[in-house]
Amino acid sequence: MERKIRVLVGKPGLDGHDRGAMVVARAYRDAGMEVIYSGLHRTPEELARMAVEEDVDVVALSILSGAHMTLVPKVIEHLKKEKGGVLDVLVLVGGVIPREDIPALKAAGVAEVFGPGTSTEEIVEYTRTHVREKRAS
Amino acid sequence: MEELIQMIRRGDRAALARAISLVEDGAPGSRELVRAAYRTPRNSRVIGITGAPGVGKSSLVDGIVDQLRSAGRSVAVIAVDPSSPFTGGAILGDRVRMKRRTTDPQVFFRSLASRGHLGGLTRATGDVLTLVGVAGFDDVLVETVGAGQSEVDVMKYASTVLVVLTPGLGDSVQTLKAGILEIGDVFVVNKADLPGADRTGAELEMMLDMRPQGGWRPPVIKTVATSGVGLDELARAIDAHYEYLKSSGNLKTRVRNRFLASIEDYLKREMVDKVLKAASTSGELERCLAALEAGEDDPASVASRLAARYLTAGPCSPLVRSEG
Repeated sequence: MERKIRVLVGKPGLDGHDRGAMVVARAYRDAGMEVIYSGLHRTPEELARMAVEEDVDVVALSILSGAHMTLVPKVIEHLKKEKGGVLDVLVLVGGVIPREDIPALKAAGVAEVFGPGTSTEEIVEYTRTHVREKRAS
Repeated sequence: MEELIQMIRRGDRAALARAISLVEDGAPGSRELVRAAYRTPRNSRVIGITGAPGVGKSSLVDGIVDQLRSAGRSVAVIAVDPSSPFTGGAILGDRVRMKRRTTDPQVFFRSLASRGHLGGLTRATGDVLTLVGVAGFDDVLVETVGAGQSEVDVMKYASTVLVVLTPGLGDSVQTLKAGILEIGDVFVVNKADLPGADRTGAELEMMLDMRPQGGWRPPVIKTVATSGVGLDELARAIDAHYEYLKSSGNLKTRVRNRFLASIEDYLKREMVDKVLKAASTSGELERCLAALEAGEDDPASVASRLAARYLTAGPCSPLVRSEG
């Protein structure tokens, strides 16, 4: 039996809108994955702790506050700190992210950014394919 | 694997997390890992928390963790939520209520999916508890899935069981029923700021007074987990019950029961798997099914026959091997 894919769906920072996070969490669940939902208003440090303790393959961050350029690099920094300098999870970002910010986020370690209008099928498919690649490597 | 155990003992939280996944998945090497873990000294106090969905188990866990930390004790939380019977997926939402000690180095939190296991916990519970014990936590809180009336597995693993209720869950007949209300060492009426809390408390007290006298009389404690009301009293009750277990000699029985439950689980797994596999390879399972369809056999007879044939024969049978 293939190992279950575990995903942390995280809400960093001060934005209180979690409808998108819920929809994505549900899509992952329906795809047979185990989803840990962080709850609202988490700090980057808290999210990194969760990712380590839950031994997840994926950290999916949902941000609609506009603070992604601050929050996302900090989450990645803490993730690396927890794992001895290595980023060994797939970091995905969803929400309202201006196109011109995407290169910088990817440079910081984000694997992919999913903006408004992305289908859940696309997110699930991307996640499944890339987790498999990561595990195989 | 021995190295992983050493890392866990040194307090490496990533190593503990990884080990739990290995055991959960039954991954290659997990047996070896568990074998080493059981041979490492450990003496965590295991506290189970159960109750219907929405009564506030997760919020109480948050509050109890805070109380235990204030008393200087390190705490691990194992929180179980259900897996979908259709897709095998799960939403594990017990962390949402964790607000107080989220980055405390003396706290570890892990969510587990039930993965088709009934009884309110997951199949790996016993082994996961042992791994957490190796890490040296003073206390382990085990939060069950939202339980109905008969998810009582937690009593096999915990030395102290908290049964959580809220006001307005039904009349006094509910408190007479068998099942979950029989397993509580401490009863918690959470959301006690809601109307009806006194009545729920009184009905529980009545039920408890009707039990045979002697031994431990479970206390009924009213709490409001989110605001912290009653949590100190709850922490004292947990301590008192543990003292009772130690002084009465019942602690040993509880720990034994935990081991027994794990053995039972492994036995069922091994035996059921082996019998079905053997019977299916030999084609006998197919013949039995056909006989059942034709109305010429019954499941109980089939099971007895298959067990007799495939469990006792030969030196490779799991029963013989586990004794050897």
